[in-house]
Amino acid sequence: MAKQRRPHILVTGAAGALAQRVISQLRDHCDLVAVDFREQVYLGDDIPSYCIDFTKRVFEDLFRRYEFDGVIHLGRIQSSQLTRMRRYNANVLGTQKLLDLSHKYGIKRVVVLSTYHVYGAVAYNPALIDESAPLKAAGLSADLVDSVELENLANIYLWRYPELNITILRPCNIVGPGVRNTMSSLLGSENAPVLAGFSPMMQFIHIDDMADAIVKTYKKPVRGVYNVAPEDWVAYQHALKLCGCRRIPIPSIPPVVPNLILKTLKLKSFPSYLTAFFKYPVVIDGRAFAREFEFKPNRPLKEIFRFYRENKRPV
Amino acid sequence: MSLASYLKSKLIPADIDEHINRIRKPIGSLGYDPWGYNNEAIKYGFTLTRQIYEKYFRVEAHGVENVPAEGPVLIIANHSGQLPLDGLLIGYALASRKQQPRIPRAMIERFFPTVPWLGNLLNEFGAVLGDPVNCAKMLANGEAVIVFPEGVRGSGKLYQDRYQLKRFGNGFMHLAMKYKAPIVPVGVVGCEETIPAIANIKPLAKALGIPYAPVALPVVLPAKVHLNFGPPMYFDDLEIPEELVTERVEQVKAEISRLIDKGLSERKKLF
Repeated sequence: MAKQRRPHILVTGAAGALAQRVISQLRDHCDLVAVDFREQVYLGDDIPSYCIDFTKRVFEDLFRRYEFDGVIHLGRIQSSQLTRMRRYNANVLGTQKLLDLSHKYGIKRVVVLSTYHVYGAVAYNPALIDESAPLKAAGLSADLVDSVELENLANIYLWRYPELNITILRPCNIVGPGVRNTMSSLLGSENAPVLAGFSPMMQFIHIDDMADAIVKTYKKPVRGVYNVAPEDWVAYQHALKLCGCRRIPIPSIPPVVPNLILKTLKLKSFPSYLTAFFKYPVVIDGRAFAREFEFKPNRPLKEIFRFYRENKRPV
Repeated sequence: MSLASYLKSKLIPADIDEHINRIRKPIGSLGYDPWGYNNEAIKYGFTLTRQIYEKYFRVEAHGVENVPAEGPVLIIANHSGQLPLDGLLIGYALASRKQQPRIPRAMIERFFPTVPWLGNLLNEFGAVLGDPVNCAKMLANGEAVIVFPEGVRGSGKLYQDRYQLKRFGNGFMHLAMKYKAPIVPVGVVGCEETIPAIANIKPLAKALGIPYAPVALPVVLPAKVHLNFGPPMYFDDLEIPEELVTERVEQVKAEISRLIDKGLSERKKLF
């Protein structure tokens, strides 16, 4: 009897901590190829790793050479990185190229990482936003347009090419060891800005739990869009307190004042276009995902915050 | 002992601490729920409200036992008095009842989340942005929800219009029917006299982005408040045309009107 072929999976965003966690979970059972838009990372001799621009023609060579069965697309440039134009090219045009190639080469499973930012932080947001809620982020800031467009694109492919089995995940704040996003930088800092008088409810998911969620998603080919968040909540300023951060209040009224201050300061950890997320809550409902994929996060908030409290000055 | 625990031990009586801890609520590991309710913060709110309820407004509540001990329920009341004091007093009446207390959630105006400190504080005490999605999700979670179907039409009305019910929205009835939640009507008497307003400066309200700008004394008068909770009203979830829904809303409105008249007849003096 012929030996069963191990699944071939392309993982994007390999330089990120999340992709590396996913890779370490899958590497024993799958043949992986890692790519990243930003840098080439060494992931061991068994995993070919490339630094590649998805919009370039050479990207297609990987599909020809490795005959992928599935794609886990985690290579999203976050809103705090690069310029708006480069981010748009990488996130939107790069994703389009990736999905086109996936279709052309008969990929059977695609997991796309999105973000809860697409819902947008507005004063009138209800809590426990579910997947069918409108995506308001693009109306808040041009810096979030690429996040929404990436989603829209993936949605179009989801319905147009059902055989791709696309699942889009919208996680809450991913935090934990090695995570370099805005929220993780804030929780890990000594001093963290807050908008005076505002402490919106937030959700946090540990990077290892998120990696579990992605692996579970990959293994169960159910198409659709899902929020990923634990059923636990905390106010932003309370989270900072638990992480041992000194809170630095920024005047919050009238609304132009914080925007003006943040645009002047150009803080990487507290960008002006994310101001609304530190003012109004975006609490998502992750119950549909938990039910469908039998997912239960294992790392409680207290453990997450303890890590940041005890690692204020990483070696 | 940290400063927070020291303040808590000094400010919050032990009986309130125990009372709040006894009430079961769907909260996360740090004491919050998705809408921002906080189990520790509410103890401060409860302690302060006890003084306001018992000493300042000397509230007399009748029929609070009509609110079911568990499951989704909509507490529907008349709205008055410029500030949402009526919601606070109804909430306290239910949260402090001896038998099977519940911490109800009050739906508040959309304007509050934009106000620094106050917005968060109200959320921590259990108030929730008045959005139909919020109300639906809370009923699905089996919560007791306080709704004022008159909205700002009721709270912003002038003293000359006191105890005249304004138009009720139909939204609460649709939710009650969908989630099979009984409706407990409440007639509030006394809040109209707490901040009597003689006029509303609409251009000022528009400029400030607030629902209304009343001309009133800058004090909250200590009017005596009567709360009358009526028996629960049950409505089936049949698909019916909107005009029949409106008829059901009118039934609730009529019951609240009856409860207001009851409160007015019980009232001996304004203060």
